[in-house]
Amino acid sequence: MVNMTFLNTIDKPNWCPGCGDFGILIALKGAIVELNIEPENIVLVSGIGCSGKLPHWIRTYGLHGIHGRALPVASAVKLANNELTVFAVGGDGDGYGIGMCHFIHAMRRNIDMTYIVHNNMIYGLTTGQTSPTSEKGMRTKSTPSGVIEVPVNPMALAISSGATFVARSFAGDVKHLQKTIVDAVKHRGFSLIDVFQPCVSYNHVNTYDWYKHRVYDLSTVGHDIADKMKAFTKSQEWGDKIPIGVFYKVLQPTYEDELPQIKDKPLVKHPIDNVDIGGLMDDFV
Amino acid sequence: MIKNRLTWKIGGKAGEGIMATGMIFSQSCSRGGLHVYDINEYPSLIKGGHNTLQVRVEDREIFSQVRDVNLLIALNKDTILLHKDELVDGGGIIYDSSEVIDDNEIRKNIKLYPIPFNNIIKEIGAQAIMKNNVALGASIALIDYDFGIVGEVIRDNFKRKGDKIIDENTRSARAGYDFVRKNFKNDFDFRLEKIGKSGRMLLTGNDAICMGAIRAGCKFYSAYPMTPASSILHFMAAQERRFNIVVKHTEDEISAINMAIGAGFTGVRAMCGTSGGGFCLMTEGYGLAGMLEVPIVVILSMRPGPSTGMPTWSEQGDLKFALNASQGDFPRPVLVPGDIEENFYLTQEAFNIAEKYQTPVIVLSDKNLAESHKTTEKFDERKITIDRGSFAAPGDLAASSDTTFFKRYKYTENGISPRTIPGMKKGIYTGASDEHDEEGNIREDADIRVKMMQKRGRKMIALSKELKEPELTGPNSADITIISAGSTKGPIIEAMILLEKDDIKVNFLQIVYLNPFPSEKVAKVIESTKRTVVVENNFSGQLADIIKEKTGRDVDKRILKYDGRPFYPEEILASIKEVAHG
Repeated sequence: MVNMTFLNTIDKPNWCPGCGDFGILIALKGAIVELNIEPENIVLVSGIGCSGKLPHWIRTYGLHGIHGRALPVASAVKLANNELTVFAVGGDGDGYGIGMCHFIHAMRRNIDMTYIVHNNMIYGLTTGQTSPTSEKGMRTKSTPSGVIEVPVNPMALAISSGATFVARSFAGDVKHLQKTIVDAVKHRGFSLIDVFQPCVSYNHVNTYDWYKHRVYDLSTVGHDIADKMKAFTKSQEWGDKIPIGVFYKVLQPTYEDELPQIKDKPLVKHPIDNVDIGGLMDDFV
Repeated sequence: MIKNRLTWKIGGKAGEGIMATGMIFSQSCSRGGLHVYDINEYPSLIKGGHNTLQVRVEDREIFSQVRDVNLLIALNKDTILLHKDELVDGGGIIYDSSEVIDDNEIRKNIKLYPIPFNNIIKEIGAQAIMKNNVALGASIALIDYDFGIVGEVIRDNFKRKGDKIIDENTRSARAGYDFVRKNFKNDFDFRLEKIGKSGRMLLTGNDAICMGAIRAGCKFYSAYPMTPASSILHFMAAQERRFNIVVKHTEDEISAINMAIGAGFTGVRAMCGTSGGGFCLMTEGYGLAGMLEVPIVVILSMRPGPSTGMPTWSEQGDLKFALNASQGDFPRPVLVPGDIEENFYLTQEAFNIAEKYQTPVIVLSDKNLAESHKTTEKFDERKITIDRGSFAAPGDLAASSDTTFFKRYKYTENGISPRTIPGMKKGIYTGASDEHDEEGNIREDADIRVKMMQKRGRKMIALSKELKEPELTGPNSADITIISAGSTKGPIIEAMILLEKDDIKVNFLQIVYLNPFPSEKVAKVIESTKRTVVVENNFSGQLADIIKEKTGRDVDKRILKYDGRPFYPEEILASIKEVAHG
């Protein structure tokens, strides 16, 4: 049985006191314990940013890669060993900015993995510049006169790009987040959880209070998660009321399901000592 | 009459079946026990433009193309105008008799073989596109080769398209053959004759890279299409179910290398491949593999740069790029195969080096090597060893702490740390792109930084002790030593064969491992020879610069070619003579 103590590391998180990332780390550990997955069978892949350090503070296998590239790494981890439980974690800049191209393509592949985005609508580790999810007009170090673009809409993108589990949660509600992670891992296919994660140092607009007064859980209003068009409608909701919870869920064959190469056993368990290429050479005579 | 020494060249517009016809010719010669080397030229477009395939055939092993052409098959008039001067005295041109040829434009000693392609096609009720096969058959009759073998190859190549297509192709070739037998019998001085069954393969450098990778147990290949590496993707994708490999055409090259890293981290042998532009996108990931100490193999198949450059042509302009790609210092082994066999064995070896030294390894090829076919003996599988390097022993794992991460980056004498992969109990660690301690925890302490840089650096020292030193081809002492790396090997060997007739003693040092560079050996060779030249397909003489950097010695002459075309042996011969007599 895995427990919280086992998952703890000697190094302690060095996020700013009060950072929303703490809530995500606690919820993730709680979810792993609740799901009772052996830590050696879990791989957490991250990119760069405050969120990127998360794998260092939870005792599972981890790969802290480069900016924006967690999804290709995580996708291949799963393809190489589909018996593993694979997570990718990253921030809004990492996933929706520099990594946007991989984000769209990872979703349309529907590889069975869970992608948790720490969305604080700001660049934190680089000390406060605009992010792809910053609201129009927001003043930041790189946009002193206000952001001109409109923000990206991760929920709408995910629903239209082929993700089969699309959810949003809030780092200030660890219970909700933990349940969402558990559901995402149980789901066979690509799961996106966009997490509202207050940045206490650089985002003074979208604070804990700002979210608390706005978020409501879709499960409390009878939202039908199997209805793609309704999910899309809900993804457009923003302002005084902002939905969290599962927007959309559908069962589709995963990418791995379509690969006969790994039907019997994962790639990593195929012996390679004596691959017979005799027939292949004959093809060229 | 000259028997079994011939260069056959076909030219026409893209889409006319130039490459397919040329391949049938190459395969027919190979199956008759002859040796073949072919080389294609084509622009970056799908229909139109000007394509050629040039096939050299002899009864001894041949290593490259030559400039002289004996028989030109011109499917359009442009082909005649562009290539007539490559023909030797007594050479011939097969062309459509409806083309008006100005006799004054063609040398008197060139033989003209006008063939009424359209009439022939009409007579046998074939489609207009069969012109290439009529021309092929005509050429087979002119050189008096065995038509039966050609028919056999056509049958094998079109097997999947059905009997009707096989029949139409064969009848068209036969009609061209019969026409020449009737009208130009025994008119042409260059002939081919089969010398038995060869059992040799006819394959490209990219084919050999794929076979090497598959034999090495590569289980994951990721790439974005880019000439001249695309055919690796096609080959691997075609074989993925036969050999249980996952092949992924990714959204870009950034994804390709990061996927390879994910697969390598998880414990399968992983490879990605591209050309210069794609490798620009891969460089950040390349450094990540160096920092994480994840084994991956990167195939970098060169074409002329900068930028898009000349997409379908050849150059060796990325030597320094490969050696210096990505920020910071880390072990960057770079292997440079010089021919198709070396492509096979070195790709296989690259996987061993990658896993043993836990670092990314580049195999540096180019378009010339990637796409030219050569008859090659079947690879000797007894030469293959699979060395997966150092994995953590069960005892180490059992003894590891219950509260900390596994020491995946343990300081060791040779810099190689025991490796764990996901799924291994008590082997848990997080690999970091940040500088880290032995457990992978992010650390910025001065002493840890120094120790970790030295640990990674020691792997390169260990590797340099293991690698075979380059060997001299030819006499031990010579007037001129040629130094080169990569696909220039073929034309150099051919030039040396030509030089045997002259009174110039030449030997050849092929650099196979560009990094770690065999500095001592190269210095010794430069010391002990009268004159040293480098032969390179690039503008600045990058290998000569690297030699200078590594040995402190200048070479006497840089023989450079950077027009997108590989060297002809004749060009190297002329330059060597200049050096010898200069």
